[in-house]
Amino acid sequence: MEILEKENNVVAPTVHYKTSRIKKNFSANWQLYVFLSPALLYFMIFHYIPMYGVQIAFKEFYANLGITGSPWVGFEHFTRFFDSYYFWRLLKNTLVLNVYGLILFPVPIIFALMLNEVKNGAAKKWAQTLTYAPHFISVVVVVGMLVAFLDPVTGIVNNTIVKFGGEPVLFLTDAGLFRHIFVWSGQWQSLGWGTIIYLAALAGVNPELHEAARVDGATRMQRIIHVNIPAIIPTVVILFILNIGNFMQVGFEKVLLLQNSLNSETSDIIQTFVYQAGLLEGQYSFAAAIGLFESVINIVLLITVNQIARKVSDNSLW
Amino acid sequence: MRNSGLSDRTFGIINGIGVLLITIIITYPLIFVISASISDPTAVNTGKMWLWPVDITFAGFEKVFENKAIWVGYRNTIFYTIVGTLIHLFVLLPCAYALSRKELMGKKIILWIILFTMLFNGGLIPSYLLVKNLNMLNTMWAIVIPGVVGAWSILVAKSFFEQTIPDTLVEASKIDGATDFQIFRRIVLPLSLPIIAVMALFHAVALWNQYFNALIYLTDENKFPLQLILRQILILSQFDASSGVGGVVDSYIEQVKAASLIKYAVIIVSALPLLIVYPFLQRFFVKGVLIGSVKE
Repeated sequence: MEILEKENNVVAPTVHYKTSRIKKNFSANWQLYVFLSPALLYFMIFHYIPMYGVQIAFKEFYANLGITGSPWVGFEHFTRFFDSYYFWRLLKNTLVLNVYGLILFPVPIIFALMLNEVKNGAAKKWAQTLTYAPHFISVVVVVGMLVAFLDPVTGIVNNTIVKFGGEPVLFLTDAGLFRHIFVWSGQWQSLGWGTIIYLAALAGVNPELHEAARVDGATRMQRIIHVNIPAIIPTVVILFILNIGNFMQVGFEKVLLLQNSLNSETSDIIQTFVYQAGLLEGQYSFAAAIGLFESVINIVLLITVNQIARKVSDNSLW
Repeated sequence: MRNSGLSDRTFGIINGIGVLLITIIITYPLIFVISASISDPTAVNTGKMWLWPVDITFAGFEKVFENKAIWVGYRNTIFYTIVGTLIHLFVLLPCAYALSRKELMGKKIILWIILFTMLFNGGLIPSYLLVKNLNMLNTMWAIVIPGVVGAWSILVAKSFFEQTIPDTLVEASKIDGATDFQIFRRIVLPLSLPIIAVMALFHAVALWNQYFNALIYLTDENKFPLQLILRQILILSQFDASSGVGGVVDSYIEQVKAASLIKYAVIIVSALPLLIVYPFLQRFFVKGVLIGSVKE
């Protein structure tokens, strides 16, 4: 979004048609507007109409009356949600799951720093190609693999546990294990892919800095800490903010696949509830209200973190 | 050299072992699935098979190829992926190009309209009602149109055009009497093959792998993409071993065996196209991630 302002500054003085009227510009460049039209039409219909449709969160939706025709009910759906017994459970599950994921945010950074120290080009290339691969596997297949591996009778994990004299563990129906399974299978899938941006940032580190540090007697570990890590901090901050921007929304489709009645105590999150209440039970207004509540939290979080980042590190999205 | 803990040599060795371990841990499940898909199910289910195939059999693949639902899903997914990716490019490229031109008026407003959708959206329910009201439920349009283009891709493609298409080239062509349509088709597109490849690949992978839109918008099994069929087989364990073979009723034990065998084969069949193609296109994918990050 910083770009926008930059562009504006650059564009204003150089526009050729500075003195001419809008009409003249349009007749000269109307084809550019034709170029824009499919995308703008798409955004209007598939993004702005649903934004307008969010009003059903404050209405009692009747299909025959339509979105605009249904009667207003104010904050009724919101208060019903906040007063419900499952509100705190949903909020807690959503927060815990995402905070857990966020705690592991440094893992790809560490792996990128490690990969960067591998001096054998072929070995590094192999490690990259192999660790990127899970990124291309669909979430359905990942969950399918979990179901197969963690099966209490036929799964390789439980077979191994039994072989070493343990008792089979009911991984997928244990509410206490759900979060670990969810988060760590996510790490398996995204760890390698997550290093790409950091590796690029590390490739941009000036070799003279390393040379100078080496002359001063710094060890490799010291050079990582004092040269490499400071060099990637701006990238880290930006990615962290972007991560926060998706806070509470990450992995809903996977949660839905991993969820069952026995682990719902920890796997019920706001979005699965919206799906359940809205699309399966047809409580459109109520579900839309809950979805809106979540969107608002997200925006507030994103703006807050961005402000903090701007204050403390000069790196921010806008 | 000052001695501060580890010597550089030791550090290099420990680091190398660490990278190797992580790589093995990440690769192991993939190798396991490949081996399991061609091993005897009994060996897999009892833990006898843990790395290399045991009692090699291709029965799982035979069962997969006999299954009509999988083929229909495969065909649908290929179709949705191709059509969806073409529409994606058709919407994305002209828009990003227009936004990269400095003579475009109202650029800032248009960009804000697009960018705002990254910050806020109507959410699941209003989007679902929209698709329903457009009578797109249970059609392929519900799969390929919502999410056909994102603000992020537009930003990325726009910055690519800004960096690679020189203004002087466009201006000179205009003086020669070329229209914007002609410039776009004859000059811009041929110069933009890398970004077209990157954008098409990212979108195609996303379409190939997505299941949720299909789950909420489709009810007709003949339109189900592969991922929904996989969900039934792998997660809901709804595999009808006899379907497509015409009334052959296996014994219960045979069915359980077949179901557990087909699991791994079906994973391979669905994921293999991407896993085979990906190493060759790796640099495009990496490039895509990097062009995107430059934006920030």
